Amino acid sequence: MAKNKNKSIPKKPFRFTVDDINGYLFIAVAIIVFAFFTIYPVVSAVTTSFENYKPFGSEWVGFKNYADTFKKDLFWKSLKNTAVYTVVTVPCSLFIAFVVAVMIMPFKKKTQSLFKSMYYIPAVASGVAMSVVWLWIYDSSPSGLFNQVLTLFHIPTQNWLASSKTAMLSLIIMALLSGHGSSIIIYIAALLGIDNTYFEAAEIDGATFMQKVRYIVFPLCKPTTLFLLITGIINSFQVFMNAYMMTGGGPDNNTTMIGLLIFNNAFKNGKYGLACAQAILLAVVIAGLTAIQFKVAGDDVEY
Amino acid sequence: MASGLYSQHLDRPYVYKIRNLIIGLVLLFCALVVLFPLAYMLAWSFGPNLETASSSYHIFPTTWTLDSYKAFFDFSDYSWKWLLNSFIVALATVVSNVVFASMAGYAFSKINFKGRNFLFFMILVAMMIPYQVTQVPLYILFVNKFKMTNSYLALILPGCVTSYNIFLSKQFFSSIPTALIESAKVEGASQIRIFNSIILPLSKTVLAVMAINTFVGSWNTFFWPFLVTSQEAMYTIQVGLKTFKFANGTLLSPMMAGACVSAIPMFILFFALQKYFLEGVTIGAVKG
Repeated sequence: MAKNKNKSIPKKPFRFTVDDINGYLFIAVAIIVFAFFTIYPVVSAVTTSFENYKPFGSEWVGFKNYADTFKKDLFWKSLKNTAVYTVVTVPCSLFIAFVVAVMIMPFKKKTQSLFKSMYYIPAVASGVAMSVVWLWIYDSSPSGLFNQVLTLFHIPTQNWLASSKTAMLSLIIMALLSGHGSSIIIYIAALLGIDNTYFEAAEIDGATFMQKVRYIVFPLCKPTTLFLLITGIINSFQVFMNAYMMTGGGPDNNTTMIGLLIFNNAFKNGKYGLACAQAILLAVVIAGLTAIQFKVAGDDVEY
Repeated sequence: MASGLYSQHLDRPYVYKIRNLIIGLVLLFCALVVLFPLAYMLAWSFGPNLETASSSYHIFPTTWTLDSYKAFFDFSDYSWKWLLNSFIVALATVVSNVVFASMAGYAFSKINFKGRNFLFFMILVAMMIPYQVTQVPLYILFVNKFKMTNSYLALILPGCVTSYNIFLSKQFFSSIPTALIESAKVEGASQIRIFNSIILPLSKTVLAVMAINTFVGSWNTFFWPFLVTSQEAMYTIQVGLKTFKFANGTLLSPMMAGACVSAIPMFILFFALQKYFLEGVTIGAVKG
């Protein structure tokens, strides 16, 4: 845009207007912070990914960090783990949030707010605190909470977080039971925005409740669903806390996700270059997934 | 209030009521499942400061004491300082975000300066970049170059104006009619004056939402404080809790007490400012 403006008035000498000066003054602090703590780190991450980082004089190694990454089984395993975690939790969470939001609709505003609050509260607690709590819920002794539930149904108790069979499942269950407060609230806002005439017209045609949900609510909520899907996948690919606090990536790296792998490479093994290369690959994967979703679902979605 | 979606039994109030009651009960049950971990945390934080013999504990403790809180605060000389640190960092982050992000948001929405669209585009792109990309260079910058480990500045600076908050305020200010600003300009008001006496009073809700989200986000952050603090005296409460967890893995009640200490301030904030919390979710999302 700025380019066009300059082109249309090429003869005038370049001069800052009052608006320019005001604008730069207003954004000055923000832009300085942005340059130092966002632009510089991103550029630095790209260059570091081509280096063998050393505090005094890193050496240029070309694509070695990337090649090393692709050669390592652990990278592919953590990519697979992240993908499994995402493919299960994100759509299931969306489904739960949608159903709960639809169920909250028939109530009066006060009741709606009460339910919204109840579902939102878990999101206020920190990830560390919630991990500490869930660690005990998954306690491997017979008196661990989940094991008590299993005993109730005469199923043998499990070593939830320490067995390669159940570790990933445990993290997924935790994600699914941890409340979907913000998605529910966003869905409710979308549902409240649906014009009543749609439903009236459907009634005249004798539509059942399920038909209304299927043919009116669901399509009209599509932009919201796409938004939640994209943000959900972006967040899920960066997940770090659960694996770090609860399983440490174990057992046998069955719950090592990309976020944890990058953390370990950088801050446990001191391989900054490798970590940066993997972080950039993560960014590329996320950007790719987002683009695909826009392509597939975005044709009739306006933002 | 009944939306057209639920109009089936309007003519039969009795059926209508029963149906709503059933839906309500199902919702209540699901909410209880979601809230259970929190109840578990709260209840057990009052449990005894003992290594629980594994066969003996129930869903909720049988005796209630404050011993476990004492155990948490006795764990380190700096337990109270952790809370204070978190509070200082969160407050400073909120103030600088509300001031500088809103100023930038105003400029991006209402002042026509050269390079505006390009710079705003950069900020939008930055929001898409996963935090892992910037963490390593930021760590090298703060720890190796600035030598700022264990300082408040290191804890505060990287988050002191976030792209998200600039975006949020820009979206909101865009909805304020430009005519309002133009007429003030004609009267001879400076941009600062316009911002202070016209824009800010109109934007209390969005600023409150921004402040709350930023505060909670900063309070709950673990990753960055964990990287740039190595002395217990400079830990934030989340880092302290993690340290406590790895040192006392077998003590149920003290761990729950620690989790409560880190979470309860946010619960209090939530109950005090519920409206803004709930509104904040939609302000952030639907306008995006």
